[in-house]
Amino acid sequence: MGAVLDVRVQAAPFDPGAEANAFAAAVQGAGALVTFTGLVRDEGGQLTGMEIEHYPGMTERAIAAIAGQARDRWRLAGVLVIHRFGPLAPGAAIMMVATAAPHRADAFAAAEFLMDYLKSRAPFWKKESGAAGAAWVEAKAADEAALDRWRRG
Amino acid sequence: MTTLDVLYFAWVRERIGLPRERVTTAAPTVAALVDELSAREPRYAAAFADRRALRVALDQDLADFDAPLAGVREVAFFPPMTGG
Repeated sequence: MGAVLDVRVQAAPFDPGAEANAFAAAVQGAGALVTFTGLVRDEGGQLTGMEIEHYPGMTERAIAAIAGQARDRWRLAGVLVIHRFGPLAPGAAIMMVATAAPHRADAFAAAEFLMDYLKSRAPFWKKESGAAGAAWVEAKAADEAALDRWRRG
Repeated sequence: MTTLDVLYFAWVRERIGLPRERVTTAAPTVAALVDELSAREPRYAAAFADRRALRVALDQDLADFDAPLAGVREVAFFPPMTGG
């Protein structure tokens, strides 16, 4: 019985709670479930919305590769990644990651690894809209630095 | 000469003014293709002005600007990714 690998790139909204429950029911041999949900910030009411562009084809490939690396590196029962694209309102769920494992250390580490890599290795680009207009979100040096801790000498 | 699908995303797409195009080129590397496109029109030169601010994918895998184009069908240019 292999680990569950479920990757979805979609415009439609999703229900993080329902997805977490369905994922937990689908995996076998898990003693720990870690979930992370990313939300559109409202920046104190300054942000009116966000548009996410992606690279169809490469996005799915890149996420599957990242999820596969996590599965090879930790003892996991499953990995779930859902990432939306298109227009999103403040407060909306942008994406979620769930990891299931026999033990929590693997589930936490794999979830953090997935988040760090999704941030700067999956081809998504965020554009924020507000009263001052729309602007592309710039990648941060810290996002790239976050990958260093996962590189093994 | 070879014909490539060249794709642009995010502000690269906005600066150049189109999401994709077919490019027939003899450029041996990504860098040579960028030089060739930059020489076309100011909007290309503007989009490619700072290569450190750009990433490139060859057939949907991240690559370097010195990577060869032999056998490649799809080249994509975009800013650093901001997923998650």
